[in-house]
Amino acid sequence: MSTVDLSVSIGPLKLRNPVLLASGTVGYGNEMSEHIDLNKIGGIVTKSLSLKPRKGNPPQRIVETPAGMLNAIGLANVGVEVFLKEKIPFLKQFDVPLICNIAASTIEEYVECTRILTNEKSISAFEINVSCPNVKEGGLQFGNDISAVGKITAKVKAVTNKPVIIKLSPNVSYISDFAKAVKDEGGDAVSAINTLVGTSFNIFTRRPKIYNVTGGLSGPAIKPVALAKVLEINQKVKIPVIGIGGIMNWQDVIEFMIAGSSAIQLGTVNFINPKASEEILKGLEDYCIKYKIKKISELTGSYKI
Amino acid sequence: MLTIEAPVEKTIELENNIHLLKILSPQIASTIKPGQFLNIRVSETYYPLLRRPFSVCDVLGDHIFIMFNVLGEGTKILAHKHKGETIDVLGPLGNGFKTDDEYDTAVIVAGGLGSAPFPYLTRKLKRHKKNIISFVGGKTESDVITYGMNNIFISTDDGSLGFKGTVVELLNRNINLFEQKKIKIFSCGPNAMLRALKEFCIKNNFECEASTECAMACGFGICQGCPIESTHNHEKYLLVCKDGPVFNVKDVVI
Repeated sequence: MSTVDLSVSIGPLKLRNPVLLASGTVGYGNEMSEHIDLNKIGGIVTKSLSLKPRKGNPPQRIVETPAGMLNAIGLANVGVEVFLKEKIPFLKQFDVPLICNIAASTIEEYVECTRILTNEKSISAFEINVSCPNVKEGGLQFGNDISAVGKITAKVKAVTNKPVIIKLSPNVSYISDFAKAVKDEGGDAVSAINTLVGTSFNIFTRRPKIYNVTGGLSGPAIKPVALAKVLEINQKVKIPVIGIGGIMNWQDVIEFMIAGSSAIQLGTVNFINPKASEEILKGLEDYCIKYKIKKISELTGSYKI
Repeated sequence: MLTIEAPVEKTIELENNIHLLKILSPQIASTIKPGQFLNIRVSETYYPLLRRPFSVCDVLGDHIFIMFNVLGEGTKILAHKHKGETIDVLGPLGNGFKTDDEYDTAVIVAGGLGSAPFPYLTRKLKRHKKNIISFVGGKTESDVITYGMNNIFISTDDGSLGFKGTVVELLNRNINLFEQKKIKIFSCGPNAMLRALKEFCIKNNFECEASTECAMACGFGICQGCPIESTHNHEKYLLVCKDGPVFNVKDVVI
């Protein structure tokens, strides 16, 4: 039996370990369950859900970049109704905290989605996506506006007793100002970071490679940026942070926790190595044993600057 | 669907930058169907970062063959794999060609590197004692890949080899070959070719399946990176990786 306590808390949300699978990189669980035992991971964050189904952007949606990738999926999803009817029954088979990611075009839509989903017992928390760079309305338009982020936090909190996590955009000058707005309006935690806006051109046709022109950059290329944003929030605002951005292995997880993350999310790595979460958990346990760390949560914000 | 470290047996350069990679994987070899694909991680470093999708080219016993041309960093690395190395393979992925329907003659239509899935399909069709006619096209002579195919008609856009024109024009000129026969067309190639072929098949009421292509990351449905428009439901895209890569041409907008 393990002598290491891998459990962590994100505000009121208790998790058996800090490894979550990020929104948009785990679908609704079914494909990933062929690769890993979902009962072992800290939690899964669903693909962004909107009130009505969304078709998403036309191809091309993905471009590889040095140590990263650009995506512009455009929030393709089944909508809350189909999610409750068709996706929840599958997810219920597993003993894994389920965090529903919600995307919307208006503040009212965020509230309505949360209101509909909050009565579903198997949902542990909400992650509000105010930072998708790939849709025309909503998304980043809110993520760049401190008062809108504050308002969304307050209004969503008003319709649910479950923890509310706001997923922040790195495409701002000071991410900590946004984290402060979330805290001031009663938000329980922030996820940092969503993807960075980027683009890529075909030099022969002079056209953008992505249909949407710009996409969100993810993967190891963004890790140093993400770490700096996590650190900035940790130093300026007392709010739990879920670190996201280019985590590929257990060493990266330790680094994100030291920089101030209470938990982390794995994103792009799931596309490359669908078993990464299990391998990372093993690595975290071995690290804690080797360095005599009894509770992994001791690492959070343990940087020496 | 498995993730395995498959031993590399060898890499062979056929000609004109076309390579064959031979790997050992009894588990995948015993289940993979023509038209299905593998998503291969060519290196453990972060560049290139993503896996690369390749259709299965052929299966012989416990061995799988992948056909590719060296285009970018990933295929450059793949072309230099030697016996003794392993590669990280995810597969079998997607839906392959349906070979067991009612038809007596299989017509293969391939353009450029679109020939890749057909050595294995040809092998399977021969086992099922089907007649096979293959139409292979390219821009020029060096693009025409006939490896592992049977009963071949060739076209090139510039006339450097075979019929001068597109492969679909060549097919149209030989339409008399299909009289009194129940045929099914299996195809793979550039979108322009598949579009022309779809039009030809609808006009002549021929059944046709096409292996499609799209940039993707995961290969098994979670990244949602490879949409293709359905002809039946405009509210929702199909995914090339999971719903395809082989589709009946009537079901998708090419």
